[in-house]
Amino acid sequence: MNPGDYLQIIIYIGALLLLVKPLGSYMAKVFQGERNVLSRAIGPLERFVYRISGIRSDEEMSWKTYAMAMMLFTLAGLVSLYAIERLQAILPLNPQNLGAVNPDLAFNTSTSFNTNTNWQSYGGETTMSYLTQMAGLMVHQFLSAAVGIAVLLALIRGFARHSVKTIGNFWVDATRAVLYVLIPLSLILAILLVSQGVVQTFSGPKTADLLQSTLDANGQVVTRQTIATGPAAAMVAIKQLGTNGGGFFNVNSAHPFENPTPFSNFLEMLAILVIPAALCYTFGKMAGDTRQGWLILGVMTVIFVAMVSVCIWSEQSGNPALAKLGVDQTASSIQSGGNMEGKEVRFGSVNSALWAVATTSASNGSVNSMHDSFTTIGGLIPMWMMQLGEVVYGGAGSGLYGMLAFVIIAVFIAGLMIGRTPEYLGKKIEAFEMKMASLMVLIPVLLVLFGTALAVTLTAGKTAVFNPGPHGFSEVLYAFSSTGNNNGSAFAGLGTNTFFYNIALATAMLFARYWLAVPALAIAGSLAQKKSVPVSSGTLPTHTPLFGGWLIGVIAIVGALSFFPALSLGPIAERLMMR
Amino acid sequence: MATTIDNTRECALNPSPQDKKAKTNSRGWAIYRQALADAFVKLNPRWMLRNPVMFVTEVGSTLTTGLWIQALSGHGEAKTSFIGGIALWLWLCVLFANFSEALAEGRGKAQAAALRRTRQDTKAKKLSEPKYGTPFELIPSGELLEGDFFLVECGDTIPSDGETVEGVASVDESAVTGESAPVIRESGGDRSAVTGGTRLLSDWLVIRVTAAPGHGFLERMIALVEGAKRQKTPNEIALNILLAAFTIVFLTVCVTLLPYSIYSVNASHQGSPITVTVLIALLVCLIPTTIGGLLPAIGIAGMDRLIRRNVIALSGRAVEAAGDVDVLLLDKTGTITLGNRQAVNFIPVGGASEQELALAAQMSSLADETPEGRSIVVLAKEKFGLRGESENVANKDLRFIPFSAQTRMSGVDTPSVSIRKGASDSIIEYVQERRKNIPDDLNSAVDAIARSGGTPLVVVRDGDILGVIHLKDIVKGGIKERFSQMRKMGIKTIMITGDNPLTATAIAAEAGVDDFLAQATPETKLKLIRDYQTGGRLVGMTGDGTNDAPALAQADVAVAMHTGTQPAREAANMIDLDSNPTKLIEIVEIGKQLLMTRGALTTFSIANDVSKYFAIIPAAFATTYPALDALNIMHLATPQSAVLSAVIFNALIIMALVPLALRGVAYKPMGADKLFRNNLLVYGLGGLAAPFIGIKAIDMLLVALHLV
Repeated sequence: MNPGDYLQIIIYIGALLLLVKPLGSYMAKVFQGERNVLSRAIGPLERFVYRISGIRSDEEMSWKTYAMAMMLFTLAGLVSLYAIERLQAILPLNPQNLGAVNPDLAFNTSTSFNTNTNWQSYGGETTMSYLTQMAGLMVHQFLSAAVGIAVLLALIRGFARHSVKTIGNFWVDATRAVLYVLIPLSLILAILLVSQGVVQTFSGPKTADLLQSTLDANGQVVTRQTIATGPAAAMVAIKQLGTNGGGFFNVNSAHPFENPTPFSNFLEMLAILVIPAALCYTFGKMAGDTRQGWLILGVMTVIFVAMVSVCIWSEQSGNPALAKLGVDQTASSIQSGGNMEGKEVRFGSVNSALWAVATTSASNGSVNSMHDSFTTIGGLIPMWMMQLGEVVYGGAGSGLYGMLAFVIIAVFIAGLMIGRTPEYLGKKIEAFEMKMASLMVLIPVLLVLFGTALAVTLTAGKTAVFNPGPHGFSEVLYAFSSTGNNNGSAFAGLGTNTFFYNIALATAMLFARYWLAVPALAIAGSLAQKKSVPVSSGTLPTHTPLFGGWLIGVIAIVGALSFFPALSLGPIAERLMMR
Repeated sequence: MATTIDNTRECALNPSPQDKKAKTNSRGWAIYRQALADAFVKLNPRWMLRNPVMFVTEVGSTLTTGLWIQALSGHGEAKTSFIGGIALWLWLCVLFANFSEALAEGRGKAQAAALRRTRQDTKAKKLSEPKYGTPFELIPSGELLEGDFFLVECGDTIPSDGETVEGVASVDESAVTGESAPVIRESGGDRSAVTGGTRLLSDWLVIRVTAAPGHGFLERMIALVEGAKRQKTPNEIALNILLAAFTIVFLTVCVTLLPYSIYSVNASHQGSPITVTVLIALLVCLIPTTIGGLLPAIGIAGMDRLIRRNVIALSGRAVEAAGDVDVLLLDKTGTITLGNRQAVNFIPVGGASEQELALAAQMSSLADETPEGRSIVVLAKEKFGLRGESENVANKDLRFIPFSAQTRMSGVDTPSVSIRKGASDSIIEYVQERRKNIPDDLNSAVDAIARSGGTPLVVVRDGDILGVIHLKDIVKGGIKERFSQMRKMGIKTIMITGDNPLTATAIAAEAGVDDFLAQATPETKLKLIRDYQTGGRLVGMTGDGTNDAPALAQADVAVAMHTGTQPAREAANMIDLDSNPTKLIEIVEIGKQLLMTRGALTTFSIANDVSKYFAIIPAAFATTYPALDALNIMHLATPQSAVLSAVIFNALIIMALVPLALRGVAYKPMGADKLFRNNLLVYGLGGLAAPFIGIKAIDMLLVALHLV
């Protein structure tokens, strides 16, 4: 690695951590309805939204009402997005005259964007009209992130409140998340990205004459190239910030119009993690103990840095097959070195690996390189990051509520070990919380393992696998790890735009999202009703490095025990066979 | 029919019906033999269904046995001996778990049997009206109803639980408490409750039935020690949920591994898919059998530890709650201080000499048989060698005035002198009536004693105040250290006393309690408990009197003294048969130990899994991806020996941990953070490392014995 590579990693993580406190405390103010810097500018708009939609902002909801509101909102979103995709041919803003999206793909895509997954079985520029991209997909990129944040807020209130039945108002939480957090941040990011050359236009595709003619798949001579453009910058901003990942163009942020420069790359990477990371501070602030928020952020960061290190090391080591042929893959002043297959030269292997780990840790799923072409260990890391349950930073809101399920389990076992009914933030963890937290940890594991099993058993699943041996197995495992944890990134090498995969993966995404969100709300409701136990020296402190280490252990052990056999038939076998 | 009764007679007793040695008999080989038999009886799937982890293991055992039979017929998926070995050790795993539970139950069962022997079918002498001497009717005790009155006489066994309404008698309660010294039961006051199955050693009692026979204390106790009515406690339920979740995850891992394996075989064009035998072996190794198997034993053993300390918990919930208690209300008298106060000093006032005071104090106390009175005599003897007894007690001219609630003083009159001692305000009144002077230095002397937590007793001779006796509460030895340990555990101790705040402050400071409630009444006690509970705390307390009953009912962990009144015993959720108020502290520790044992073994069990993967995964896919042998970091001899070693280790570890499950994890009072670190090191890291060593050792042994 070049010295500059180390510096880039340090600057990246440093910048991320520096943003946590200001953004986190801003969000705490917003979500508690306190005055903040944008109150004057956005307050009237917020009140206007409430008025026209008939939301009574002072009305509190029980967890069941909250969950019901969320599910109704989801259903409406699913149906409307499906309708837009199916009807795009007759709707405006379709300069390419693209036809209707076929039913199973439309179902898959609407589920995908609704669940904050952004799994894409299609190429954006050749499938979706500008209207579908903007009024359909992009709107859901805002809304799905807002829903995730709202569920988290309800859970935080469950910890913070005591002896009450209500956990906030879903409509208010979601509205504030969009108006005060997602829109302003997206606006800033989009403008910065445009300054770097990301396109934002409504005019149709451009054509250019090729300097050197080439042959297409049918042997025909090609002299002209069609260059897709469109309103990309706006979508890129929210796809990064809202941990969505669904890009405007097929190759996502590897595309020069989505991610043209190292600086745009840096901004987009930062945007992947900034909201999930800052929400940790918001959590600490709202729960009345910022140390708890810092601890969780610390745990996430430790796991992240460890995984980034392994991934970068593996990518930097290069491809052993090429090394045998005597290809120079070492880093030097003229090349970034390492395994460059499937990577953009303007980013190099370090920034590609860094992005890969960030995007899979945060349930984002956008890519700036092709994960399928990573080295075996380099590809194992992003896959395992997703299999950990998308809790290391994780999705906007969903990452932290997933993490809190792990915290509940860690606290439970630790509490027993010190001889007390376990408690976290003064709330006793009892059978009901354990039931719900277990569900939250269990569901993604079941989805990934059973989904993969189904795919490698059925002919419809097996025929889509393009690669032989363990690598082909990894591709299937990756697809279900991605959708079963609402990540959305793909390993490629798998033809997933088929009826079987569209339906199977959409089902995985739906369950992964709502079978976690509803139990999280149930925990919130149960905790809110409990009394708060005062802290004494008999209370297990949950802000110490010791507890942090224990939490890392629990996450890693659950992740490792659940997926070790599957991984050993995929990347681990592949790796060992290459030796 | 009517009878006459000589109410002073000590009766001749028949040999005691119950075998007092029964409790100690519970140890020995019989209990192991019984447990072994029970381990097989418990294989009944309906029983196993209560424990999901072990049920899955049993299903796995049955399946492998089927595969073994298939192999015997020549169509096996692997070597017959290999499948047979796996099946055998899986069954042993289930049996070991059942054995641990049966063993834990055994002790309780033995004790229940002993108790049951005392519950012979007695006749009850039912009275038509609640009065001694009225005619009675002899009916089978089973026909008594709640609210009936009956008579018991010397030598009779009391047929049901009840409340004494008339009479005084000594009762042998050894059947319940194991304590052979008889106790006094009398009407009114705090010693009126009697327990069915105990025997009268003297006199008679008229008793009102409070619990119909068959639903009394003894029956409840039998059910409890037997574990028949044992319900899962809240934390146990929560833990079971977690274990079930782990079981589902590992079930999924193993079930999906078959299609993965088939796919991999097709993709790599070599080897054969993983066998069902290995899959089941992997499954049983992964699911938390160690904690799952030992969980019932841990719970039963926890109750048993209480029983051995002579505490009967009326619900398992209470035992667990004991571990969570963060406020303890402790009665001053008997718990913090010795039951009685002692004279420690004579302080003369008004020019009298100390010896003069001592002499007068001693004389006035000669007939005073209370511990306070005796301590005054002893102090005078120690300080001045005064021996009043021999010469004076015989003196018929001495007339002792006993303490009475009206005068609030006691004393002695001789022909020459009249001595009184009592509380300062009543003595001052007494002196003023005689128009004598109050010495100037009296007040300061009285105040000084009160401030130091003592009780001043003023002595007056013929109307002249001689001085003050300093009576002091003696704080129990070691209690201060006990309280500081409690503080480290995060438990707040609160002393409850009827004393005035001044005295209470001093004793509280000396004993090292965190807080106190002075001039406590049932209302203030109840309010205090409610306040703490509203603040989210769990309150534990002990009590014996009827006036403790409301507070006991409100407290989360309420320990009633067995000698206490029926209302107190009914309001409590634990009963201390030794009637030792300090026991509450031990109960807290037992509660904590119970949870800790569960937590420690859960951690251990899950940490074990890491090594089992390294043993089984390379073995399972040895033919498909031979490269995976690199994961065989233990260098186990063959795929078969690897799988078998892991299964054997998995079964043996249950057996090895049975003593720990029954005894409980060692508990020393310390802060939560330190405790957590220690247990994590031992059971977390230990759990990671131990199986690597164990599996390797078993593998070497198998190879050495040519078993694989």
